[in-house]
Amino acid sequence: MAWAKKILRVNLTKGTCASEPLNMEWAQQYLGQRGLATKYLVAETDPKVDPLSPENKLIMTTGPLTGTMASTGGRYSVVTKGPLTGAIACSNSGGYFGAELKMAGWDMIIFEGKSPKPVYLWIENDKAELRDAAHLWGTTTWHTEEAIKAAHQDPQIRVASIGRAGENGVLYACVVNDLHRAAGRSGVGAVMGSKNLKAVALRGTVGVSGVRDFKAFLKATTAAKKVLADNAVTGQGLPKFGTQVLMNVINEIGALPTRNANDVQFEGARNISAEAMHEKRPSDGKANLITNSACFGCTIACGRVSQVDKNHWSVVNSPKYWGATGGLEYENAWSLGAANGVDDLDALTVANMICNEDGMDPITFGATVSAVMELYQMGVLKKEQIGIESPFGSAQALLEMAHMTAEGRGFGKELALGSARLTKKYGHPELSMSVKGQEFPAYDPRGIQGMGLTYATSNRGACHLRSYTVASEVFGIPVKTDPLATEGKPDLVKAFQDATAAFDSSGTCIFTTFAWTLGDLAPQLDAACEGGWSLERLAEVGERIWNMERQYNLAAGLTAKDDDLPKRLKTEAAKSGPAKGLVSGIDKMLPEYYKARGWTADGVPTKDTTKRLGL
Amino acid sequence: MRITFKLYAMLSDHLPDEARKTNALPLDVPSGRTVGQVIDEFNLPPKLVHLVLVNGNYIQPADRAGRALVEGDVLAIWPPIAGG
Repeated sequence: MAWAKKILRVNLTKGTCASEPLNMEWAQQYLGQRGLATKYLVAETDPKVDPLSPENKLIMTTGPLTGTMASTGGRYSVVTKGPLTGAIACSNSGGYFGAELKMAGWDMIIFEGKSPKPVYLWIENDKAELRDAAHLWGTTTWHTEEAIKAAHQDPQIRVASIGRAGENGVLYACVVNDLHRAAGRSGVGAVMGSKNLKAVALRGTVGVSGVRDFKAFLKATTAAKKVLADNAVTGQGLPKFGTQVLMNVINEIGALPTRNANDVQFEGARNISAEAMHEKRPSDGKANLITNSACFGCTIACGRVSQVDKNHWSVVNSPKYWGATGGLEYENAWSLGAANGVDDLDALTVANMICNEDGMDPITFGATVSAVMELYQMGVLKKEQIGIESPFGSAQALLEMAHMTAEGRGFGKELALGSARLTKKYGHPELSMSVKGQEFPAYDPRGIQGMGLTYATSNRGACHLRSYTVASEVFGIPVKTDPLATEGKPDLVKAFQDATAAFDSSGTCIFTTFAWTLGDLAPQLDAACEGGWSLERLAEVGERIWNMERQYNLAAGLTAKDDDLPKRLKTEAAKSGPAKGLVSGIDKMLPEYYKARGWTADGVPTKDTTKRLGL
Repeated sequence: MRITFKLYAMLSDHLPDEARKTNALPLDVPSGRTVGQVIDEFNLPPKLVHLVLVNGNYIQPADRAGRALVEGDVLAIWPPIAGG
């Protein structure tokens, strides 16, 4: 079996670390990572728990393929109750931390309670202990990783940590690993900070053993890697252009939310796109993009490594931002850029660095800035309150707000709340582009109708990574559907949600699904794990996970009323592009979706559904 | 008539140098020129002609040969891409 069959339980209140066996009965029902960790959270916590209280738990979890030779098998997730949403939170990250955790011999770490003082967890294979982190508290993720490696005299240690945002309770703080990768959404870093847990540092040399049928595993993973290499998207497009290749096409089809979704096309999109990242800057003759990079075991390598002009106004006095570092992904370039009307590529790259450095989700941060800019434009917020003139298009305002939020000073304390709480405080909740308190990402539901249903029904609040119907509606993967039509979308969203839940529980990356189906994943899992893993069984596991998350949210107090989109998307038609004149058809799609899910008209799984899924 | 012809990602290499900074080339073509004819004139590799949009609307492969362009149209083409 590719599971390590071992959990590390860390009681932060008592300061204890204990090993216990993985519940293998649950592993057969929920596979691993997202599904299995959520099962533990459901079983061990009250869904109504205050997310930032010691009673909430935080789980770092791998999948059965994490740390193996399966392509992209380096993923791990952070599962908890999210402070931004009050819903289930599960944030997935790449890099090398997840594989190192597995190679140290652990499937997951469950953190419970709250440490009386700042600590970090140090794991060296089967040894685990909490260490004092007083000297790290108040510092960035970049400093923390460097300091821990220096203290242990080992550059090969892998570190996941929170920055000042997580310490200061920024409700969208993330957990950053390997300097530039993040379990990004829903505020999992704020939960970590509430527990006085600064970091987890790992060294794993045990490796992953116990693959069920190694010969079959070698054959299955080799075949699956060939599928990725032969596919034009995963073999050529993503390595060369990264996710940023989407900027121009999403703008062209009129689905790029711009200036807090007042518009669906951004006149500056070309300036912040993948194509622009490849071009030499007039200022210093160098390109923003240095090279691409890969996470553990990945044969796609979509990551961006960027470097800004040292003489750019935003960094001229900050040498720490002069080096090559994690570059812009599409979501970040959108949220920091188009969402705010900013088209200064280097400024966006620096804003993204600040989000990595201090651990903030750039999607929610950027979308919160765009709500602030609209409030500023309306005259509701003034320069004196924010601390800087903040019209749409101001890169200076964007960067100042990034610094003040990361450092927890001035108006940054209000930006730390996210757009839903902030706009409500100033009397305009309709200006928050969020669902369940979490801001939606870079696809406007007026121009890509399936994404409206995706956002409305996502169990962790608005998100594109729960059912990426853009693949079908725009790129024709696996089949082309009409982005402006609502017909057929409920079934499409359900299918994407279930398949994604299975992939997120395996230890592999969701980007493989541009080439792989569950039919490519199943042979790899079946060779690695006992129990007989077919495509059909994985689809059922995915559906079980989705319904379990839904039940958790309902028990937490969420209802069908929370499956709704911002008013703007339902009442203000797109002003340009193919969707001109259209609003979201969410009201048509949602009842059909509930029906397709086997839920009541109020969005509650029926007894037949829960019985069928063994819930 | 004048249209705007856009090529992105790997297809950018098929644009003249002066158009690569914008990915857009203003193009004077005879009235009635079809999408398929423009694609043929630029000798674009068939495998890279994946996402074909006219004014942002997707044109199915089977419709490209017969889809006549009109003054002011924007024809934009991408190779197979995805992301997110």
